[in-house]
Amino acid sequence: MSTNTLLFGVYPYIAFAICFIGSWARFDLAQYTWKADSSQMLRKKNMRLASNLFHIGVLFILAGHFVGLLVPESIYHHVISTPNKQLLAMVSGGFFGVLCFIGLTMLIHRRLTDDRVRANSSKSDIMILIVLWIQLTLGLISIVVSAGHMDGAEMVMLANWAQSIVTLSPIDAATSIESVNIVYKLHVFLGMTLFVLFPFTRLVHIVSAPIWYLGRGYQLVRQKQQA
Amino acid sequence: MKIRSQVGMVLNLDKCIGCHTCSITCKNVWTSREGMEYAWFNNVETKPGIGYPKEWENQDKWKGGWQRNADGSIQPRIGGKFRILANIFSNPDLPEIDDYYEPFDYDYQNLHTAPLGEHQPTARPRSAISGKRMEKIEWGPNWEEILGSEFEKRSKDKNFDNIQKDIYGQYENTFMMYLPRLCEHCLNPACVASCPSGAIYKREEDGIVLIDQEKCRGWRMCISGCPYKKIYFNWKTGKSEKCIFCYPRIESGMPTVCSETCVGRIRYLGVLLYDADKIEEVAASGSEQDLYENQLKIFLDPNDPKIIEQARKDGISDDVINAAQLSPVYKLACDWKLALPLHPEYRTLPMVWYVPSLSPIQHAAEEGHIGMDGVIPDVDSLRIPVKYLANMLTAGDERPVLLALKRLLAMRAYKRSQHVEKQEDLEVLEKVGLSQQQAEDMYRYLAIANYEDRYVIPTAHREEAILDSYGERSGCGFSFGDGCGGNSETNMFGGKKSNQRDIIKTVQIWE
Repeated sequence: MSTNTLLFGVYPYIAFAICFIGSWARFDLAQYTWKADSSQMLRKKNMRLASNLFHIGVLFILAGHFVGLLVPESIYHHVISTPNKQLLAMVSGGFFGVLCFIGLTMLIHRRLTDDRVRANSSKSDIMILIVLWIQLTLGLISIVVSAGHMDGAEMVMLANWAQSIVTLSPIDAATSIESVNIVYKLHVFLGMTLFVLFPFTRLVHIVSAPIWYLGRGYQLVRQKQQA
Repeated sequence: MKIRSQVGMVLNLDKCIGCHTCSITCKNVWTSREGMEYAWFNNVETKPGIGYPKEWENQDKWKGGWQRNADGSIQPRIGGKFRILANIFSNPDLPEIDDYYEPFDYDYQNLHTAPLGEHQPTARPRSAISGKRMEKIEWGPNWEEILGSEFEKRSKDKNFDNIQKDIYGQYENTFMMYLPRLCEHCLNPACVASCPSGAIYKREEDGIVLIDQEKCRGWRMCISGCPYKKIYFNWKTGKSEKCIFCYPRIESGMPTVCSETCVGRIRYLGVLLYDADKIEEVAASGSEQDLYENQLKIFLDPNDPKIIEQARKDGISDDVINAAQLSPVYKLACDWKLALPLHPEYRTLPMVWYVPSLSPIQHAAEEGHIGMDGVIPDVDSLRIPVKYLANMLTAGDERPVLLALKRLLAMRAYKRSQHVEKQEDLEVLEKVGLSQQQAEDMYRYLAIANYEDRYVIPTAHREEAILDSYGERSGCGFSFGDGCGGNSETNMFGGKKSNQRDIIKTVQIWE
């Protein structure tokens, strides 16, 4: 098996499996550790700007990747052509990527330099911020690379990879990504690695995004149920 | 009508000597842990002062509690559901640890290990968060103790609103009182309403408000939502914690630790029956000054046969009803109207009430320094301005405070006439609308204050909820999540958990 197949055909499934089973085990066995782990209370200086920039940026980027990679050509062609889609992805992704980059850099600076926050950071808190920063930087570099070929061909190859992965065709997936620029490959590999890291870091709070709060009554009462 | 019961508390401020025994015993039992060393589920403040955390009563600053909308509905002051979620990445209304105080310890070991020198070795402070040296400690859990710090700073106290406060900064006019504070276990808790995870809940059987530590995700909105600032963020675990009203003790019929250890016998615990259907309507009362009177109307007379019948229908057991009939809290709050809620204007319908403090005046009155109203001193000339107490306890309405103070004075005058003059003065009681029996009861509960009168707590009947006592043997007991872990019925590999206690099943209802 070639390295390419191993990294882009097999590794994604291992990553997803670790992410799913790891999260399940953590939620089930150690839910007390399942939290956003905010440090705002220890130091609020700059948090409003940094945290909002980071989160708004990263939420948009995640949604963009999800839609951009997984909607098949045959569907989005009703709305937009391939080169235009690439342009849209570069501009919007670039804009929110820069927002996210500013926020994330501020957050890393805060975590490493503030006495209180630093003392209360685990190795995993620092590690995940740095991994995210590298991943984000790779993503931003990939915009520059994309500017060299505006026809959307490489974007289609990456989308085919993602679609082959979710439709359980690992060989096709590995083949479609084989010839893309190394920057994209690094970005995809690190992206898969983030799935591996997910259950073991504070990232798990993403799945607990409390949107159901909007549909809830204000007061909660628990009744003792008689046996 | 939907009747529920709650174990409420009354604190008689007139007898509080500010010894902090309640705070210390509470801390020793519940919060002597890293991450919670700055948190005091129970603390005693010297008033006037800005309190702990700084200016907690200033809701223009902290935005705690509820606000009434133009259409008569209410919503948390920190915002509606959309605004709360929009602020989840960074909560603009969150206090910083310095608003409480940076927890610290001293380098005591230096006293043992310092080399021989010219000067005495010292134990210098060190931050308990960063471990770094603190050159100067600038704020602590009780910085304003007995009027510590300048009047200028203390006079930011919100209870001075609408008072010409400058004269109280002069030595001759200065006044002070103690205010012990804990979670109010409100009927309409703003913390529950602002928790995005739905981890905070009120228990139906005893009204205790708790945070499910497994479900809390640390979104920290409850800290802003609570106007009393009685929810604390554990910076170590990333989860919020609060006063649990010593529920393991209450369940077994014992008073909370703060009550049990109160040397001044100022605390009372007792059952109140209330109509849960009226909560929303009362919390949305038009005028803030109506909130006290309207909250009294939620409480039900436990001696009324119709109420007893309905309570039984709603699943309240006879010993709880019996406890409600003997409840000192009902007597103090509803019968005698001596106890008043803390800041009813927050619209949370608090359930820890306070008997306002008389100033030490009998001697001054007899000397002719202050006016007399018949045989009792004129309450308007008390040292503590009535308006100040009213701002604290009745949203600024002085009448209930005056009535409570006059009744306290009348009871004393009556007992004095009985014991000293050997001629019972019934006129003084009549003036304040008390019967002789009521005055005798007040004397029994306030002056004698026997243990069994102060604490009337029904047990929680856990035995009824245990399906299989044998299977509960070697159960998990108290744990902090990880030890006896697991949330679902079965574990991730499908088997029933051998270590799970599921004796008391609960049903969650939305209101």
